[in-house]
Amino acid sequence: MTFFTDFGRYLLMLKGMFSRPENMKMYWKEFMHQCNDIGIGSFGIVSIISVFIGAVSAVQTAYQLVSPLIPLETIGTVVRDTVILEFAPTLICIVLAGVVGSKIASELGNMRVSEQIDALEIMGINTKAYLILPKIIAAMITIPMLVIISMVLGIWGGRLAAVASGIVSTDTFDRGLLHGFIPYNVTFALIKAYTFAFIISSIPAYFGYHVKGGALEIGRSSTKSVVVSCIVLLFADYALSQLLLSH
Amino acid sequence: MIEFKNIKKSFGEKVVLNDVSHIMESGKCNLIIGTSGSGKTVLQKCLVGLFEPDSGEIIYDGVNFTDMTEDLRKGLRQQIGMLFQGSALFDSMTVEENVMFPLDMFGNMSSSKKRKRVNEVLDRVNLEGANKKFPAEISGGMKKRVGIARAIVLNPKYLFCDEPNSGLDPQTSMVIDKLIHEITKEFNMTTVINTHDMNSVMEIGENILYMFEGQKEWTGNNEEIIFSKNDKLNEFIFASKFLQDAKDMRMLEAKGIIADDRDMEEMLKKGEEIK
Repeated sequence: MTFFTDFGRYLLMLKGMFSRPENMKMYWKEFMHQCNDIGIGSFGIVSIISVFIGAVSAVQTAYQLVSPLIPLETIGTVVRDTVILEFAPTLICIVLAGVVGSKIASELGNMRVSEQIDALEIMGINTKAYLILPKIIAAMITIPMLVIISMVLGIWGGRLAAVASGIVSTDTFDRGLLHGFIPYNVTFALIKAYTFAFIISSIPAYFGYHVKGGALEIGRSSTKSVVVSCIVLLFADYALSQLLLSH
Repeated sequence: MIEFKNIKKSFGEKVVLNDVSHIMESGKCNLIIGTSGSGKTVLQKCLVGLFEPDSGEIIYDGVNFTDMTEDLRKGLRQQIGMLFQGSALFDSMTVEENVMFPLDMFGNMSSSKKRKRVNEVLDRVNLEGANKKFPAEISGGMKKRVGIARAIVLNPKYLFCDEPNSGLDPQTSMVIDKLIHEITKEFNMTTVINTHDMNSVMEIGENILYMFEGQKEWTGNNEEIIFSKNDKLNEFIFASKFLQDAKDMRMLEAKGIIADDRDMEEMLKKGEEIK
């Protein structure tokens, strides 16, 4: 029952976001502020994680390549596909669900508890449109960009680790990297990135916006929003893989 | 003037407001008083549209607020200013940006005119020079004053204050009360103050509504409240011995027994005799 109530309120929240802005300039300012917070603010952690997941996947692929029949350039191919198909969009978005999601939930939760949202409403501002919509749009623009950066850094990290540890030469790795490349995989990864960006911004916004109580509830809603976002994200990952990759 | 008729509001089984009607007059400080849980905050939130009453009407100067669509309400809301209990200032903005926010959102002024207006209202609430400070860097009383400045920056016709003195020392509370009273007179606003601070009641209560268990129990002004025979009201107002003594003094004063504060000792003795 709670699930349906929450889901209904979530849909109403999304519907409520679409109204004529009171002042386009202020909305734009808020949108740019969110782009900076979500995009630039997450760039560091995304870069570090991407380089290391690429490096680890290169080393672990090499460790499992025990058969002499499999050419070493396979390492480049495996790193490329795992990074593009799964690591960059899914793993990075799970990390961002924690980083961005908890920030959105706690920011809105704090605004709710300290009556800042009420203050905006009394001024005649549509708080869903002013506070939530810019966050979702900013996430849907910056997160796919971060995913693309993550793909590049992940592959670069894998190449660096493979070469530095003497597993393969740069030429061998690059040959594997170019072998059998399917551009559709990048499209698929970007579809996932857009979907996940929506999930990890709208669900925490829902939990934060509807907080009742005090500081303790802000923390709880923040944690709950990250947990729910991650679960929905994994469901969406499976559903999208079934829909877009199964022959 | 704000008139509300037969307001009812329940949360589940719990009836919070039961058939409350009253008129909040223009150019006056209208106080809603009552114990915690008596429904005064819910009533105020119904008046500003943060809660929808289950039934009843709210009329702002002849315009029925309850029947309005959200779009029409937006227009009216720009004539409403509100000071919240915790001030509700935007943490990430400076004092100046907080006060300028309604102007940025709704005003069509140039930047220099906006800045001039912000300085005007900050001067009015005695906060000149605090423009660049963040809410975390100023005291509770200053936050309240910034809240008032933000509430009046668009020259509203209606000002709502939710517990303006909560968390403030008596001296600062008096400054805030005085400020709200002066602003109300200066701009001829309809000011609705939600409080259980007895100093405010005695100082600025020109039209008082006493709420008890979700119902209107008594109405009057700060002169009448002293002589009220309403037991529930007396129990609420004169809860402490100090206030009871103050009441006795006022009664003696009114009867002409005591002329001024210098007769304090005699006053107290006679108060005890009367009791």
